[in-house]
Amino acid sequence: MHVPILKQGDYLIATIQSVLSDADLLQLRDDLADRVGQFRSRGVIIDVTVLDVIDSFPTRTLRGVAHMLRLRGANTVIVGIQPDVAFAMVQLGLTLEGVGTALDLEEGLAFLNAKTKRAGGVVARTGGTAPSSLSKSPPDARTRRGNRPLQ
Amino acid sequence: MSTFNEEICVPIRSDADIVVARQKGRALAVQLGFSGSDPTVIAAAISEVARNIVNHAKQGEIVLTGVHESSRLGIQVVARDEGPGIANIEQAMQYGYSSGKGMGVGLPGAKWLMDAFDIKSQIGKGTRVTMQKWVR
Ligand SMILES: Nc1ncnc2c1ncn2[C@@H]1O[C@H](COP(=O)(O)OP(=O)(O)O)[C@@H](O)[C@H]1O
Ligand SMILES: [Mg+2]
Repeated sequence: MHVPILKQGDYLIATIQSVLSDADLLQLRDDLADRVGQFRSRGVIIDVTVLDVIDSFPTRTLRGVAHMLRLRGANTVIVGIQPDVAFAMVQLGLTLEGVGTALDLEEGLAFLNAKTKRAGGVVARTGGTAPSSLSKSPPDARTRRGNRPLQ
Repeated sequence: MSTFNEEICVPIRSDADIVVARQKGRALAVQLGFSGSDPTVIAAAISEVARNIVNHAKQGEIVLTGVHESSRLGIQVVARDEGPGIANIEQAMQYGYSSGKGMGVGLPGAKWLMDAFDIKSQIGKGTRVTMQKWVR
């Protein structure tokens, strides 16, 4: 099952569309590594909302993806881990140590904006170049709710 | 303890079969009356023992059945293979121990997720993991 990767400014958004096998996850890792290089992306959002289970293999793979992309200059944030999935992860003793997590896409974007700003990098879509009527960026989510690392 | 549904037998030969096994396990769990996070917890345990078959024994099967014992209802998951077997079960059950490049979380994790867990293994003969969880 192929995971589409969308380019959105300095960021990449990979939205998992169906349950993935271990091989699919490794494919996603390799695709992200390629795209981050190709587009010089500063941040990557992986939306795992539809994943039915995140057990040891996906956990290790997601951690590996985040560490690898970090070395390539991009921050990763995992969004959409479902409550039951998180509960089973906790029972398995699994953590996403060192990986950004956020509740949903909007908070994931806020997380990346905060990260890239802190690093003195480009801040995505907050400049005034785009006509405001065309600007799709949400009102700054950081001012409403903080990012919540899962664990 | 007696079983009451037809056995659901899922052959495990590749990583795609891991997904099939845990989806069938989840569906059976829901059908048996498990609710809340239990179906996901059961699916996670199935995923770990099925992955062990693929990674450590190449092939085998997952057998899912509904069980009841003195008026309580539950699910039984058996993972069996005719792979190389496990020399040191105590070591294999240690959190973080892996003979390969795994996280070493599968066996102890599956035990935590389920209510009952038993593992039998013979070198050169294979491995059988039997787990149960009861509807609360
Ligand atoms: N079905 C099996 N056949 C042979 N060896 C197994 C099997 N399941 C588990 N093992 C052994 O037990 C160890 C621990 O298993 P587990 O906790 O799932 O960790 P991991 O799979 O990450 O190595 C494995 O590394 C392997 O040596
Ligand atoms: Mg394992």
